[in-house]
Amino acid sequence: MGDQLSEPVSILRVKKETPLIRTFVFDRSFAFSPGQFVMVWIPGVDEIPMALSSEKTITVQKAGDATNALFTFGAGDKLGIRGPFGNGFTKGDKILAIAGGVGAAPLLPLAREDCVMTLLLGARTEEELLFVDQLDECTDVMIATDDGSLGMHGYVTDLMDDLNLGAYDRISVCGPEVMMRAVLTRVEEKGIAHKTEFSVHRYMKCGVGICGSCCIDPSGLRVCRDGPVFSGEMLLKSEFGHYMRDASGRKKNI
Amino acid sequence: MVSIRPGPVTIGGVALDNHLLLAAGILGTTGSSLARILSLGAGGVVTKSIGPLPKDGHAGPCVVVLENGVLNAMGLPNPSNAFVDEIAPLAKKPVIVSIFGGNPDEFALVASWFEGKVAGFELNLSCPHADGYGSAIGTDPSIVEACTRAVSRSGIPTWVKLTPNVTDITAIGKAAERGGAGAIVAINTVKAMRISTAMGCPVLGNRYGGLSGSAVFSIAVRCVYELYEECKIPIIGCGGVSTADNVIEMMMAGACAVEIGSAAYNDIKVFEIIKADLYSKDGITPEEIIGCAHGRSAV
Ligand SMILES: Cc1cc2nc3c(=O)[nH]c(=O)nc-3n(C[C@H](O)[C@H](O)[C@H](O)COP(=O)(O)OP(=O)(O)OC[C@H]3O[C@@H](n4cnc5c(N)ncnc54)[C@H](O)[C@@H]3O)c2cc1C
Ligand SMILES: Cc1cc2nc3c(=O)[nH]c(=O)nc-3n(C[C@H](O)[C@H](O)[C@H](O)COP(=O)(O)O)c2cc1C
Ligand code: FES
Repeated sequence: MGDQLSEPVSILRVKKETPLIRTFVFDRSFAFSPGQFVMVWIPGVDEIPMALSSEKTITVQKAGDATNALFTFGAGDKLGIRGPFGNGFTKGDKILAIAGGVGAAPLLPLAREDCVMTLLLGARTEEELLFVDQLDECTDVMIATDDGSLGMHGYVTDLMDDLNLGAYDRISVCGPEVMMRAVLTRVEEKGIAHKTEFSVHRYMKCGVGICGSCCIDPSGLRVCRDGPVFSGEMLLKSEFGHYMRDASGRKKNI
Repeated sequence: MVSIRPGPVTIGGVALDNHLLLAAGILGTTGSSLARILSLGAGGVVTKSIGPLPKDGHAGPCVVVLENGVLNAMGLPNPSNAFVDEIAPLAKKPVIVSIFGGNPDEFALVASWFEGKVAGFELNLSCPHADGYGSAIGTDPSIVEACTRAVSRSGIPTWVKLTPNVTDITAIGKAAERGGAGAIVAINTVKAMRISTAMGCPVLGNRYGGLSGSAVFSIAVRCVYELYEECKIPIIGCGGVSTADNVIEMMMAGACAVEIGSAAYNDIKVFEIIKADLYSKDGITPEEIIGCAHGRSAV
């Protein structure tokens, strides 16, 4: 297989998506399946996991040290990429996708594959909604904002009540864990957890399934290698929505 | 290849389900991950190295997978005493807690948290990329002896894991033996580095790291062979083991069990796969081959 050192990429351009989210366009592409992620090496800073939002882009929300540093990068700057890693979403014919905040990043390429019938898009405010235009071009988008500045006033989970969930063969979800757990509770009540998939975020160091920092309880499955996409059924009786671990491995509540 | 008879074994005071252990720092950060590896066929598991204070570890990149090995500089990330609760559900299972510290008192302190709760300890005196810990102190025989004694005094089986990054590994092995070690584990990773030619800088966040996997198997076999010549306590072979034939080779060099880490990268079912090849009911007893290569030469 050869040495799997990071592939160097140059940033071609950076696009402002929302006040806190930017898309970084690379000068080369990576074959991937939606939901897979790459380990992004920000030289001199750190290496962090990011979903691919297309074969040559990552879409990043400012969250802390590494992402702040990445936001100072512009056209011509270099990054290192390892991957893609992980499993990605299971394909379907009639998918309902549910995205919260930057969670729209791995769902845009899924929608572009023409298998998403409906996409529920949520954010705190209108200006924080990610990929509204791009998603509108390829699927039927329904919007909810916490403050009611666009679409329904409320959470994406509230949008689910207006849908006939039986019409979809799969439900694919990515967003903040509190929102995903709310979706999981809702689908469990309706008895359709087996049709759902969630993209789980855990602290990752190696990205390839050996260090153990991303393992979830009680199965011990590795989010980086056995996931990051897991079935709702598997997540029902798990730490998902309750706690995760930090860089040292200590538990912290969600 | 010869096959060996299956059955429980006791190595350095620790009862194991078979001769294959999970090496420290691979999938050993959580209790549920360790339980998963036991359920996937490991005869025992060594945990992530636990230290006196929680540590986040080095900035990334921490791991790079190479053609025939793994280069890592995790930097000993660990939850410290929160790990006691983490492995509580595994009481009575063959769990060995790996410990690191900067001096004998720190080793003794960490060990005290786990007394009565685990099958044994493995002292990490060998990690090549953590300032003030691991091989930074594990290359000095008198410190190794003192740290070993500080833990073995508890009466709990204490294994000492050695670094290959020394001129004479037997001097360190003998120091561990004097300190009361129940077994020696050889080897930890080999200090190493790669540079990204595209970026013009080292590929690991910590610049230096440790090499493991098939690339270091020959070094590990040599170290086990040398230790077997000089030490009386059992030796556990570690470094690049990925097949049943590798296990037999380690045994012929003098190991009575092996630890497996990087090979889990290719397949997490590595323990079951090796067991299927290694054991058969009409096989020989391991005693017939352990150390058999000594006193024999190719010419
Ligand atoms: C599979 C996967 C895909 C992801 N995809 C995206 C994406 O497409 N867009 C996006 O904006 N974010 C994504 N993230 C989250 C992203 O990795 C974190 O926001 C980022 O690592 C934060 O780093 P920081 O140093 O800026 O923040 P910090 O200040 O270090 O931390 C902020 C929070 O980010 C999380 N975090 C920090 N470091 C890591 C790490 N190494 N691994 C996992 N989580 C970490 C922690 O929960 C922490 O509390 C993804 C995470 C995973 C696991
Ligand atoms: C990602 C990674 C983390 C490791 N962490 C530790 C550790 O915490 N403590 C330790 O004693 N050894 C640690 N090691 C070393 C292994 O336990 C083992 O000695 C080494 O990898 C050689 O065995 P292998 O070739 O089977 O992997 C680590 C190795 C790797 C690859
Ligand atoms: S990040 Fe190392 S095992 Fe998942």
